[in-house]
Amino acid sequence: MTRIIKNRAVVEDSWSVLRLAEGETADTIALPQGPVLVPLSVWTTRKSALLAASSPAAPVGVWLAAGEGPEGLVDDLARLPVIAVDFPKFTDGRGYSAARLLRERYNFQGEIRAIGDVLPDQLFLMARCGIDAFALRADKDADKALALFDTFKTPYQAAVDQPQPLFRRRAA
Amino acid sequence: MYRYDQYDHALVQERVAQFRDQVRRWKAGELSDDEFRPLRLQNGLYIQRHAPMFRVAVPYGMLSSAQLRRLAKIARDYDKGYAHFTTRHNLQYNWIPVERVPDALAELAEVEMHAIQTSGNCIRNVTTDQFAGVAADEILDPRPLCELLRQWSTFHPEFAFLPRKFKIAVNGALEDRALTWFHDIGLHIRKNEAGEVGFRVIVGGGLGRTPIRGQVVREFLHWQDILTYNEAILRVYNRYGRRDNAYKARIKILVQALGVEKFAEQVEAEWAHLKGGPATLTQAEYDRVAAFFNPPAYVQLPAIDEGFVQAQAELPAFARWVERNVRPHRVPGYASVTLSLKKPGTAPGDVTDQQMERVADLADRYSFGEVRVTHEQNLVLADVRQDELQALWEDAKAVSLATPNIGLITDMICCPGGDFCDLANAKSIPIANAIQAKFEDLDYLYDIGDIELNISGCMNSCGHHHVGHIGVLGVDKGNEEWYQITLGGRQGNNALLGKVIGPSFPADEVAGVVEKLIQVYLENRHEEELFIDTLDRLGVEPFKTRIYGDRLKGKNAA
Ligand code: HEM
Ligand code: SF4
Repeated sequence: MTRIIKNRAVVEDSWSVLRLAEGETADTIALPQGPVLVPLSVWTTRKSALLAASSPAAPVGVWLAAGEGPEGLVDDLARLPVIAVDFPKFTDGRGYSAARLLRERYNFQGEIRAIGDVLPDQLFLMARCGIDAFALRADKDADKALALFDTFKTPYQAAVDQPQPLFRRRAA
Repeated sequence: MYRYDQYDHALVQERVAQFRDQVRRWKAGELSDDEFRPLRLQNGLYIQRHAPMFRVAVPYGMLSSAQLRRLAKIARDYDKGYAHFTTRHNLQYNWIPVERVPDALAELAEVEMHAIQTSGNCIRNVTTDQFAGVAADEILDPRPLCELLRQWSTFHPEFAFLPRKFKIAVNGALEDRALTWFHDIGLHIRKNEAGEVGFRVIVGGGLGRTPIRGQVVREFLHWQDILTYNEAILRVYNRYGRRDNAYKARIKILVQALGVEKFAEQVEAEWAHLKGGPATLTQAEYDRVAAFFNPPAYVQLPAIDEGFVQAQAELPAFARWVERNVRPHRVPGYASVTLSLKKPGTAPGDVTDQQMERVADLADRYSFGEVRVTHEQNLVLADVRQDELQALWEDAKAVSLATPNIGLITDMICCPGGDFCDLANAKSIPIANAIQAKFEDLDYLYDIGDIELNISGCMNSCGHHHVGHIGVLGVDKGNEEWYQITLGGRQGNNALLGKVIGPSFPADEVAGVVEKLIQVYLENRHEEELFIDTLDRLGVEPFKTRIYGDRLKGKNAA
């Protein structure tokens, strides 16, 4: 069990993340017991086996690497309770676009989880892009981080958390 | 000028609190240097040669006198009494300790200013024409749209960690005065056949070590679609721009790699989903913002003021200043004045706290309390009465801001270079001063006429050397400071990159080389021909021959 932030609260969490090590390939890697997040490549090559092994108690989700978009998952969204977006470095911003697309274009209703180099100072931005669960990097304090969701109360842009931009809501 | 409402105020105040907390956590060891770096950069804080360099945004170049006084106060209370105006409507301080920056930000917030996204791999300060709203050739005042872009880009949640920095420039006039061809996005305001306002959208320009002219991605985009279209461009860039090599990470590299047609296709495909969405601008919002930029309370004046004409006849020095530093205005009886920050012997673009305060006074007295910052690193009082020009000139002279050299060779663009910047290959300010010293004689200077000379201390090109008629670039040669010369660059509608003329020169030769280039021009020009036109007519050969005459025979070639 690890502690993650989910819907702005710190909770215990049992999902593991499968990462392919050097030399391991998607079609041969042993599939772990759920709850597990698997790489997109494993999902695409082993979908039926993964679905057969999954159950409400041992669900399967997918994580998207930084260069991967949600396009390859469009037909599977209803079957995935969790899609994770990986941030290999917190300065790599591709995951923000992936999350927004999942929510706004593909109407994904499940959990979107930030994994990888997830740091407190980016929570505000990530949340605006539709990410609602955060597996902070292990050395960061989740309880302290909660306050940072409220860094800015009324930002300007339309985003997932507030589909109307401020200029459409600004009282004259 | 735009004034903050409760939302704008809250956002900059929350920004101050956020940064104060980040500095605290960094000091306490909760944020590592690597974690803190992008956060401080997004507040304009670089760690430089002497101390952090702190960059304050002057959105689209507009300053009120109250803001300028505050900038002066910060220079005095937090720094050493001076600051530097850059080529992108920013003001830089050189000596403010990191720990004091939150307080400086709080002082800025009080006057509706900030340092948000003045550095870092995010959408930077939007820049435009310093004569916006008063230029005779204007199609539409770009400032309301710039303000809408400022708000849209401020803390944009999706685009805070782009592959690299992202700069947007908007031009609203027939002549491009915002270097739009050399920005990540350049926007030209225009009207279509139906008379609707929109933009020509140019993407993929940039200077730096791989200078590239931008390319047109769309000839006409309705103004209401600008935010959604920008989001489409930024999303394509955020997803597919290179992140493996910082030198190849700008959008210009992506546009080059895909080809502009393919890039445009991807943008259009993305935009098809966003078009017409909630981020589509509304007329009501445009009107709300545009009202802040309504013309000031001009009075009715004769088109030509007799006293003004007479003063020029009587005072040659005043006439000179008028010729170089004063521009005609849309409104009869008014003029726009450029205050030169290029007094020979000073660092181009630098101002002292006292000068800033005096300019604020001048703005209050003569120009409705507003000042503009130019990308050529000067200040503009845009709305001055003709019959007050002489008084303004006297006042400006008293604070060394009336050097009559706008557009002349001593009015050069120059980055801080090796005196302040860690990335520099070479110093740039002493080179600027050496060139200025060569052209001190005013008759000589005037005889040479319009010419643009730009100096950068390294290939990052902060001093725009690529687009100077004469460009000077600091290079590192065996640990010595040398300088490469380019010719033929230019800004404007036909913006072009200059070409390197040959091997570089040591510091003490640069001013002499520039002088020889000028001699070739003076000897060969036709009547009324400007330097750049003579250069275009003759090509670079005669210039090269004069410079390298001896060297090309084998001596000192490098
Ligand atoms: C002293 C601290 C400064 C540092 C460390 C710095 C750093 C840089 C770097 C690394 C680049 C290249 C970016 C790229 O090619 O992707 C750059 C470009 C630029 N900087 Fe600076 N700069 C500084 C000051 C300035 C100043 C004082 C000005 C204005 C006078 C300025 C204006 C610009 C401009 C116009 C560019 C070119 C933009 C482009 O590539 O399209 N910078 N700067
Ligand atoms: S051009 Fe180079 S030396 Fe000059 S300010 Fe930019 S980074 Fe520094």
